[in-house]
Amino acid sequence: MSFDSFSDFLAMGGHALYVWSCFALGLIVLLGNVVAPMIERKKIIAEQLRRIRREEAQS
Amino acid sequence: MNAQRKQRLTLVLMIIFGSGVAVALVAYALSQNINLFYSPSQISMGEAPADTRIRAGGIVVEGSIRRDPASLKVEFDITDYAHSTTVQYVGILPDLFREGQGIVAQGLLDQDGRLVASEVLAKHDENYMSPEVAAALAAAGEMPHMPPTAGKGY
Amino acid sequence: MAGKNWMPRWFYQLASPRWCYQITGKLLPGFVVATLLLITIGTVWGLAFAPQDYQQGNSFRIIYLHVPAAYMAQSIYMTMALAGAIGLIWKMKVADMVAKSCAPIGASLAVLALATGAIWGKPTWGSYWVWDARLTSMLILLFLYLGIIALNSAIESESTAAQSTAVLALVGLVNIPIIKYSVDWWNTLHQPATFKITERPAMPPDMWIPLLILVIGFYCFFAVTLMMRLRNEIIRRERRAGWVRELLMQQRG
Repeated sequence: MSFDSFSDFLAMGGHALYVWSCFALGLIVLLGNVVAPMIERKKIIAEQLRRIRREEAQS
Repeated sequence: MNAQRKQRLTLVLMIIFGSGVAVALVAYALSQNINLFYSPSQISMGEAPADTRIRAGGIVVEGSIRRDPASLKVEFDITDYAHSTTVQYVGILPDLFREGQGIVAQGLLDQDGRLVASEVLAKHDENYMSPEVAAALAAAGEMPHMPPTAGKGY
Repeated sequence: MAGKNWMPRWFYQLASPRWCYQITGKLLPGFVVATLLLITIGTVWGLAFAPQDYQQGNSFRIIYLHVPAAYMAQSIYMTMALAGAIGLIWKMKVADMVAKSCAPIGASLAVLALATGAIWGKPTWGSYWVWDARLTSMLILLFLYLGIIALNSAIESESTAAQSTAVLALVGLVNIPIIKYSVDWWNTLHQPATFKITERPAMPPDMWIPLLILVIGFYCFFAVTLMMRLRNEIIRRERRAGWVRELLMQQRG
């Protein structure tokens, strides 16, 4: 451990704003890249199921 | 691999090769303009224009920092171990500014070949180390200098 | 023909969207676990246990995000260009889908690399942005990604869109060696590479091991998110195929 206390860790030797804003941004980018395809998948499946239902109703 | 695929493969290779050559030519033509800064050697040989804003980069010479006690004015020499240039600056220097550190200063050259800087940026190298290691190395007199490879001209 | 079977069998299996969908479904959980483990270990180690830098103090820790993001932005670009080339030469639909799926991931990581670099630049260099060769070529990489995404969405026909974006990606490939060697060819403010293949890293193991873990973690992360996007793309484009219909009916339950 290179910090003496948890508040030291949060302070990052006075660079807290820089370090934590970077890691917050990193978390957003990583999560976004996982969540976006999950939402997309739901949307595509719902869309295709609607289409199948429509086609079944017609025949 | 049939003939058609071979043809398309050739096309792909031609695209890569062609754009490579084109960009290489442009980069060659612009090679001086792409450099972020002039080295002290280039400045002393008169390669840097006198009346426009330029950037100069080099290592801060040990013991060359002269601070004006009354103001934020500071003067120091930067070197590429062949020639050196004096830089004049008024303002707050970046955290990493110190003797032996690589810096890049932007400003105008005056008649005496001094750079009157409006901005000083600190350059750092890829030699990251912990404070303990740095102290031990300094004690042993083996502290790495900014290597000559840290940017052409250093 | 003598040259007929010079490619391994899996290469031709890759051409089958159905086979791809199934194999990525099997691979996905493993990569998710590896990604979570590697990124968590690397981040905790890098943020809390790695020593601080003797000059930069704790702002040095931004390297643990900046370097992996920058590596990925370039690796993803190369993957995209390679997939595009395979799509052009072999007319392989799956390769086109891989290339299309790469672009948004690569763009987001290029943004991350540029943003973390800017935030890191302020305390260390004294400036958020400098028009030096490394930073500018990296910005061009982001614009290439954005151009490819825009071009792909602007063209109606899927095969024409894939072809045009593949050509643009291949032309832009020349930017990759420029990014890599910009710090050696020109005077830049940016420091030279942290990792070199030929030498041991200039920093102590306590600093570079977490960085290496994070780089590998980011590669796994790319695999995860690429497979997720690829599977979506397969379902969308193969919606008329019998097996996709069956899959959809199972979803309906």
